Amino acid sequence: MPRAESPKLSRRAWITTTSGVIAAGLVKTQVDAIQLVAQEAPGDPTKVPGRLVSELGSRAPTEKPKRLIRAPALSSSSRTPLADLMGTITPADLHFERHHAGIPDIQFEDHELLVHGMVERPMVFRMSELMRYPQVSRIRFLECSGNGGGVYNRERMPTEITVQALDGLLSTSEWTGVPVSTILREVGVRPGASWILAEGGDSAVMSRSVPLDKVMSDSMLAYGQNGERIRPEQGYPLRLFNPGYEGNTSVKWLRRIEVTDQPTHTRDETSKYTDPLGDGTVRQYSLVMDAKSVITFPSYPYVLPDKGWWEIRGLAWTGRGRITRVEVSTDGGRSWSDAALEGPILDKSTVRFRHLFDWSGRDTVIMSRATDETGYVQPTVEQLWEARGTRTSYHQNHQRAWKIARTGEVTFGLGELV
Amino acid sequence: MSQRPYRSSAVANIAVTSLVVVTVLAACADASETSSNGQFASIEVAMPGTAFGVPAHAPDRFGFGVEASEQRVAIWDIDVRPDGVGLPEGSGSVQQGRDIYNIQCIACHGPTGTEGPNDRLVDSEQWEDVPATRTVGNYWPYATTLYDYIRKAMPQLTPGILAPDEVYAVIAYILWMNEIVPEDAVMNAETLPAVVMPARDKFVLDDRVGGGGIVR
Repeated sequence: MPRAESPKLSRRAWITTTSGVIAAGLVKTQVDAIQLVAQEAPGDPTKVPGRLVSELGSRAPTEKPKRLIRAPALSSSSRTPLADLMGTITPADLHFERHHAGIPDIQFEDHELLVHGMVERPMVFRMSELMRYPQVSRIRFLECSGNGGGVYNRERMPTEITVQALDGLLSTSEWTGVPVSTILREVGVRPGASWILAEGGDSAVMSRSVPLDKVMSDSMLAYGQNGERIRPEQGYPLRLFNPGYEGNTSVKWLRRIEVTDQPTHTRDETSKYTDPLGDGTVRQYSLVMDAKSVITFPSYPYVLPDKGWWEIRGLAWTGRGRITRVEVSTDGGRSWSDAALEGPILDKSTVRFRHLFDWSGRDTVIMSRATDETGYVQPTVEQLWEARGTRTSYHQNHQRAWKIARTGEVTFGLGELV
Repeated sequence: MSQRPYRSSAVANIAVTSLVVVTVLAACADASETSSNGQFASIEVAMPGTAFGVPAHAPDRFGFGVEASEQRVAIWDIDVRPDGVGLPEGSGSVQQGRDIYNIQCIACHGPTGTEGPNDRLVDSEQWEDVPATRTVGNYWPYATTLYDYIRKAMPQLTPGILAPDEVYAVIAYILWMNEIVPEDAVMNAETLPAVVMPARDKFVLDDRVGGGGIVR
């Protein structure tokens, strides 16, 4: 849901609440009233002793970012409030969720990881043992491959949709854990192995196959997130984390890894997370998240109160390495300008981009497109329709658009272009 | 006398730390206003001679954890592959499956597997270009996946309660509703992997490779 009133509404509210002050006849117009109110000093905190220290911090009482819950069901999701956030790191309590059978209640001391299959020594690890291995930390994005699916259908292109509802199945954290390669070295992978099966300890027993090359290169068994132990909804006490891969493969509550010589073809890599391409085929094991960018500001339901200088801000990321370029258009894609990128630009992480523009006050469609280090350019929705047809459900990483109306009202604007 | 090694290592630490800081700061400064790249690789590259997370002087094995017995592996090794590996003993018929379905499955999947409210299971209509529905009958490429999934995750509120005979039976019934097996079919570790699903040959491996070529 929209989180805040528009600035215009806020001003009216201001005027109403301060009408007693204004009623003395000193103020003739609303503009005068706004200026007068703005000049009044707020309550003076220098004259009141402050609050004491506390064991756990909390947000300022008026700051209430929230995840957007899809449905109160066992298999459901909640989305990160991208428009409320700055920089790239997602606060852990706002990291998106996608559970297939709810959040299991697992004790740190009781949890075990079984590693077996095509290995020299099948082994069981307790959490205390996993934490003794050399520890790595990496800032990486995690995105559900179903993210953005609501803006792919030409006939049902929404206008009043927030960036949270649209693309909030994206979050970025500093993940801490032990490389999968370290543990596979410990158990000794046998020749001929080419995949692993990762299995969760939730009541869906979520199971995904991942290529061995991938997990040996940069996957981790993560037990930390943004400096603390992973939260229950992110897989406490242990999850697989596959950088750059669709989120579902980063199996939460990980309890078993089986080293195999073939994928297992579980439900969530056959009947789900596969892509009918419109030509009689279905793409399977489409694991990498291609480059994508989203403008988080301005976006629906924000209302620009004035023409003039505004900074367009957003996030860009790619599962194939680093973002090298983000371009912004303020004329519906006819011309593009390079946006500034806030470094450091990390491997398989989000990067914040920004572009200063002088809004004329006329109808304007703003867009962004990302390029990654492989040379891949975030496609248009027409390019995806051409390549994959119109009936896929995942990996919809096409360029987004927001329309700024003369009134300053911002709505999702892709429908204006297609 | 204990000062010397301490001081020399401290000096070394400072040298290494300042090198890292300089590198990161330079990268940050460059990144803030340009879209250039290449130098950022220095931020996360492992130290020379080390693998991801493991220093060069690490042992081949640390010896943490305990070896898993065959019995221990068997308790959790419950996945089923398309070639039938992992299927347990037991069997079940379409008729037996109907009774189990009507008790355990009907509330979420409907009397004929088409009504919901949860996933639609049945659609025997096949498709040419793109499926209108994605059901067991017209979309699932392997029958063995039914065993893997039902054993692990179904029924949703009481997962794992079905005995092997019951899982085989309810699979037989679902396949029969989709007109894939005859009414007298019996599913077991031999017959289930032999079922040829209608959508089997439609699945192709991901061919996206990144790069600046055509969009896939």
